Amino acid sequence: MRENARHVPETIERLLGSTLDSVDQAEELASAAAARAGFDEDDLMRIGMAVRETMVNAVAHGNRYNANKKVRFSLSLSHGRFTIVVADEGEGFDFEGLPDPLAPENLMRTSGRGIFLIRSFMDDVQLRRLDSGGTEVTLVKNVESK
Amino acid sequence: MSVKLSTRQVGNVTVIDVVGRITLGEGSSALRENMRDLVAKNENKILLNLADVTYIDSSGIGELVSGFTTVTNTGGALKLLNLNKRVKDLLQITKLYTVFEVFEDEAAAIRSYA
Repeated sequence: MRENARHVPETIERLLGSTLDSVDQAEELASAAAARAGFDEDDLMRIGMAVRETMVNAVAHGNRYNANKKVRFSLSLSHGRFTIVVADEGEGFDFEGLPDPLAPENLMRTSGRGIFLIRSFMDDVQLRRLDSGGTEVTLVKNVESK
Repeated sequence: MSVKLSTRQVGNVTVIDVVGRITLGEGSSALRENMRDLVAKNENKILLNLADVTYIDSSGIGELVSGFTTVTNTGGALKLLNLNKRVKDLLQITKLYTVFEVFEDEAAAIRSYA
């Protein structure tokens, strides 16, 4: 395992506002932690972008920039798995019925590529609707996957 | 500032030099408004120089697609110049790389509008 250079499991948790500043903050936290975990430059870009897209979904589409709603962000490094969880307080969406952005009829759409990119960049992506109504997204990148 | 856009004229082609991040918010909006202003002035031969773009997200990709469609619909052409590896990879993953005309040499790109 190209583990955390210090071989120390790491956990970070934040409750973030529904703003684009929170998106930047989450991306910076994840990128810094991923760098400490020893990911190379390409993976750092992929992880940072996956977190960014996930946070944008939570802030913009989930919480709709509502100042009264929060985004729960956490990341952990343990047993060779770099895991990020993002949960919003929105109304949820039909993530099973998302159109394929690579289909010819969708190729020139101006949106709808976020979750596709997240799935492309991470080793495992799970989405689930929370009992409270929001959406929780779990992203995993294996430190040993290279 | 997330993005800086500079516009220059080379013959009948408008070159937009983009520096920084094209992401949801200021970066995407600035690019959208810049291209919209050019099209409104009938300057619809646009070459986007992305050499100094450090980051582009799905919103930024959406702006490229939107710009391409808008410019093409007015009889013009939006082409891309100097993609770095990161942007090129993204366009390939999203199958958009073959949609755009992409150049590595500005003079060749300018000539292609003739």
